[in-house]
Amino acid sequence: MTRLPRWADLILTPLISLALAFAISAVVILAIGQDPWAALKTMVTGAVGSSYGWGYTLYYATNFIFTGLAVAVAAHAGLFNIGAEGQATLGGLGVALVCLALPWPHWALALPAAMLGGALFGAAWALIPAWLQAKRGSHVVITTIMFNFIAAALLNWVLVNVLRPPGSQDPATANFPAGTHLPTLSDMAGAIGVQWGKATPANVSFLIAIAACLLVWLLIWRTPLGYEIRAFGKSERAARYAGISPVRITVVAMLISGALAGLMAVNNVMGEAGRLVLNNVEGAGFIGIAVALMGRNHPLGIFLAALLFGFLYQGGAELALFSNIPRELITVIQALVILFTGALDNMVRMPLERLFGRRAG
Amino acid sequence: MDYATVLQILDSALRLMTPLLLACLAGLFSERSGIFDIGLEGKMLIAAFAAGAAGALTGSVWLGLGAAVLASLALAAIHGMTAITFRGNQLISGVAINFLASGLTVLLGQSWFGLGGRTPALEGGARFATITLPGAEALRGVPVVGPLYAEVLSGHTLPVYVALALVPATWWLLYRTRFGLRLRAVGDNPASVDTAGVSVVRLRWAAVAITGVLCGLAGAYLAAGLSAGFVKEMTAGRGYIALAALIFANWMPWRALGATFLFGLMEAVANRYPEIDLGPVTIPSMFMSALPYILTVIILAGFIGRATPPRAGGEPYVKER
Amino acid sequence: MTATDSVAGRHAAPETASVAPAIELRGISKAFGPVQANKDISMTVPRGTIHGIVGENGAGKSTLMSILYGFYRPDAGQILIGGRDAGITDSQSAIRAGIGMVFQHFKLVPNMTVLENVILGAEDSALLAPSLSRARGELRRLAEEYELQVDPDAVVETLSVGHQQRVEILKALYRHADILILDEPTGVLTPAEAEHLFRILRGLREQGKTIIVITHKLREVMEITDNVSVMRRGEMVATVRTADTSPEQLAELMVGRKVLLRVDKAPARPGAPVLEVVRLEMVDRTGVTRLRGVDLTVRAGEIVGIAGVSGNGQTQLMEILGGYAEPGARVTGAVRMNGADLPLTRTDAAARRRAGIGNIPEDRQVEGLIMDFSCWENTVFGHHRDPEYQSGPLMDNDRVRQRAERLIAQFDVRPANCHLAARNFSGGNQQKIVVAREIEEKPALLLVGQPTRGVDIGAIEFIHRRLIEMRDAGAAILLVSVELDEIMGLSDRIVVMFDGRIMGERQPDQTSAAELGMLMAGVEGGGIPPAQGQPRAHPDARPDLAKGIL
Repeated sequence: MTRLPRWADLILTPLISLALAFAISAVVILAIGQDPWAALKTMVTGAVGSSYGWGYTLYYATNFIFTGLAVAVAAHAGLFNIGAEGQATLGGLGVALVCLALPWPHWALALPAAMLGGALFGAAWALIPAWLQAKRGSHVVITTIMFNFIAAALLNWVLVNVLRPPGSQDPATANFPAGTHLPTLSDMAGAIGVQWGKATPANVSFLIAIAACLLVWLLIWRTPLGYEIRAFGKSERAARYAGISPVRITVVAMLISGALAGLMAVNNVMGEAGRLVLNNVEGAGFIGIAVALMGRNHPLGIFLAALLFGFLYQGGAELALFSNIPRELITVIQALVILFTGALDNMVRMPLERLFGRRAG
Repeated sequence: MDYATVLQILDSALRLMTPLLLACLAGLFSERSGIFDIGLEGKMLIAAFAAGAAGALTGSVWLGLGAAVLASLALAAIHGMTAITFRGNQLISGVAINFLASGLTVLLGQSWFGLGGRTPALEGGARFATITLPGAEALRGVPVVGPLYAEVLSGHTLPVYVALALVPATWWLLYRTRFGLRLRAVGDNPASVDTAGVSVVRLRWAAVAITGVLCGLAGAYLAAGLSAGFVKEMTAGRGYIALAALIFANWMPWRALGATFLFGLMEAVANRYPEIDLGPVTIPSMFMSALPYILTVIILAGFIGRATPPRAGGEPYVKER
Repeated sequence: MTATDSVAGRHAAPETASVAPAIELRGISKAFGPVQANKDISMTVPRGTIHGIVGENGAGKSTLMSILYGFYRPDAGQILIGGRDAGITDSQSAIRAGIGMVFQHFKLVPNMTVLENVILGAEDSALLAPSLSRARGELRRLAEEYELQVDPDAVVETLSVGHQQRVEILKALYRHADILILDEPTGVLTPAEAEHLFRILRGLREQGKTIIVITHKLREVMEITDNVSVMRRGEMVATVRTADTSPEQLAELMVGRKVLLRVDKAPARPGAPVLEVVRLEMVDRTGVTRLRGVDLTVRAGEIVGIAGVSGNGQTQLMEILGGYAEPGARVTGAVRMNGADLPLTRTDAAARRRAGIGNIPEDRQVEGLIMDFSCWENTVFGHHRDPEYQSGPLMDNDRVRQRAERLIAQFDVRPANCHLAARNFSGGNQQKIVVAREIEEKPALLLVGQPTRGVDIGAIEFIHRRLIEMRDAGAAILLVSVELDEIMGLSDRIVVMFDGRIMGERQPDQTSAAELGMLMAGVEGGGIPPAQGQPRAHPDARPDLAKGIL
């Protein structure tokens, strides 16, 4: 079988998949009697045509970087973590508990503590599926799906029965103390005298997400643990031969994955909402699947794919405002990206392989 | 709790069981053939939308049902293409199908009806009519059994009875016919079927198509039986509960009936008693709604019974010596 | 090609008769991508004969037979059955043409009954009941006629390998096969089971069936076949009457040159015991006892070979010694390395490596290498946590790469590119990567499993030489191989394993393949077996010839 050159595998196939997804989406837009070109223009203008648009695009992208990395780390260990949604939900709970626990004097103190809380809760929510997979052979895909639902029910209960302030009808926590408010990118730009992205939620978490990309890259490709995660993901029997414990790697990879998903809450719960509300993850955990697939499980690819989905999210919101196309269009695009990059990979690849095979031969 | 309440809860459980049972049997056919399907949710959702839309436009439940089956089959075809033709990842395909349905239903619904993703309410001939079983009224007077027959078993719509009849039918098909033998074989060792000169591809496509039809029926029942019209995200995780029931049932038809009835019953009880007061502790409704998922995890963990999925499940078939 | 006398002296179809041959292949070619698996192959098999097809691994035997069975479609060529173009396009049409095939890896549904497996694909009607009752009667008849007894209601996964093979043969006969193809049928059988199989095959021949046996075991070819075809690198190089040939000649045809793979080595000078295994017992996760009190000693500077049919506990023994016993297994007894006990309950392959145990695993593609990793990454597999490859919390990849370049040159790995993924190397070169890695760490004890399986002749010689060098440098080596000749050629002492036990120990120069064969079959004492009505010179008598092939 002819194999694709590395660059084609890494760049061409995701791009073709993306083009297919956009083309089909364009057909759908046409089918509902709208103009895809106008839609695209609205999206581009809305998402990246102003610093305001960018402020939102980067905010969404931050969420997707965390969940994309979460899915990718598990994927390197051969585990399909569909549970980033639930893990991020629990991460939100962890962040909220930290933020509400003390009258934090300054965000610089609250942030590391909140990160720890979010990561711990996210990791804890991944621990049970991980342990069941490692010790009892229960398929992690099914258990993490189940844990998403259980997480939603748990959060619902906690918000209604435990964290809801007295007298409030709203299933949400009280507002976090002022000392936990993270500086937005707009604030930071203002500090150096630049007017940028006023009143947008993109905040310092974006920088943490970039750092997370770097750390995950180091972890996967430069540390012995990453070597073991990748080896285990390719062949469990070979891993055992080499003295790599399947139980340990399964649990560790899922813990890291869950922690990354949980870290997302620093952005959306602490950085944006300033309190914990129901359904605060809004599907970002699932978008992480598309982001990881599209980014080929590589942090750089994930960063770019997350930016793309941040653009789509913000653009989709603008679209819903200024046209008759609901923002669920983004869900369709997301589905098509997952379909083409993840499931119909061979459909894209086969003609390419034939093409390259002919050129080489 | 008096007898009348028990009957009401059972009656409601039977209705809530129906979409779960249909989807569970749908999944059974697919997974028994070796194709994992976590896209039951999406197929049901798009079918419910199609039934709601076609029913609203034509006023006929039958055209609604036809549209539902076609819509579900279309998504099943995508899954078949990825799983069978292109040997892709079946889990990822299922995830994609669920999102596709979730997005498309709102996108199309909003642009066609402008009601924020719902379809206009279905009435009269656009919904499934209730069927009174023979002798229901005559037997009502018989103590204990009479009301059970008249209140619980009688008075449901067609899909409820179809779903119930499908249980023995599926069992018979699976264990007593040539198709069933081959279907079970292809899910456990496709090479055995291939070397016996039977097409693995055709068998799996047949299974995927059956899955599509049954999910279509399940979705149509949601929109035109259980409710009166399509509402955004109306499947509400039922596809996943059906999947859980399938694992609970160890991929066997009669047990699927038991598992889905149990889950239907839990939903019915939760609907009737949002908070169950057990004296010292109160069980919150959220716990009841999460219970099917918790039970499934416990089953999967092998603490009660042991779930053994078809051995070739999830693996694309590639010929090898 | 002429009709022949069979080994048993029975006259087959005379060559003058106008009876068409059972099978005639004309100009069959098949390529998988760039690999030409079959090149313009023609072959004739007379009716009522047993025909052997021999060749090294990868010679194209299995591909050719899969084409005959319609499992693959040939790129060119014609298949005639009984003189007519059978129009074989898929397995269905091959079955209709009266062809049955028993694959090397059985194609049975493990959780179905024998009966269900037999009728699968050959049901009479849409309902199962009539087929099942007819098959029940048919199986009873076939069982009596051909010694093919097997319980029709048994679930296949509960049957022994030998019985599963019978189910496969029954499947073919139930479909009225006149031509039966068996691919490496004795690979997983004990000698006794193999003998039973041969009786069945002879019985089938008596009934006029035509049988093709694919094998790389020349001993079996000599024993059972009437004619034999030799394949080499996708081509058919000869077809001869079995009675007119010898194992030596066949071996030469198979590899294309004079084979004298005698392993030259000086007598061993064993030192102190390095590995001591005492009363080692193991019960696997499913409750099956795999090892029943194994006692074993390997000294410095000697090679101890373990002979045995695969599946008699060798794999489990090597895994325990390598520190990666199956999870959930119960292991008792003791394993000592230089007098110190190694933990048995806590499995830790990494600790074993630190203790100086090297391990060339039985299956390099599944265990010894990560096929998608580059060659350089694979050269530290298992040693990736050694301090010398770390710099701080990170791995010192530059250092690993430099070392990989050196190993590639030293072990003549081709192509000499350490950035290629392991799967892009040939079997022999993959094995060299594994051998290089394990030898380079200079282990005091080296575990070696099937070192030359699927490896070309040139690499076999290279690897054998390296193992002898290791021994001469003072390493203790424990060798497991199903190739008896490899065991006899390399070992300084031979122990035979059967059913999880050590059946006995022999000196290679004071035993014969026949004697080892008896031990491998579980016959206590392992005296010289009586010749079983085969007056011809048995190839076993000359084990030094055609090493690694017999």
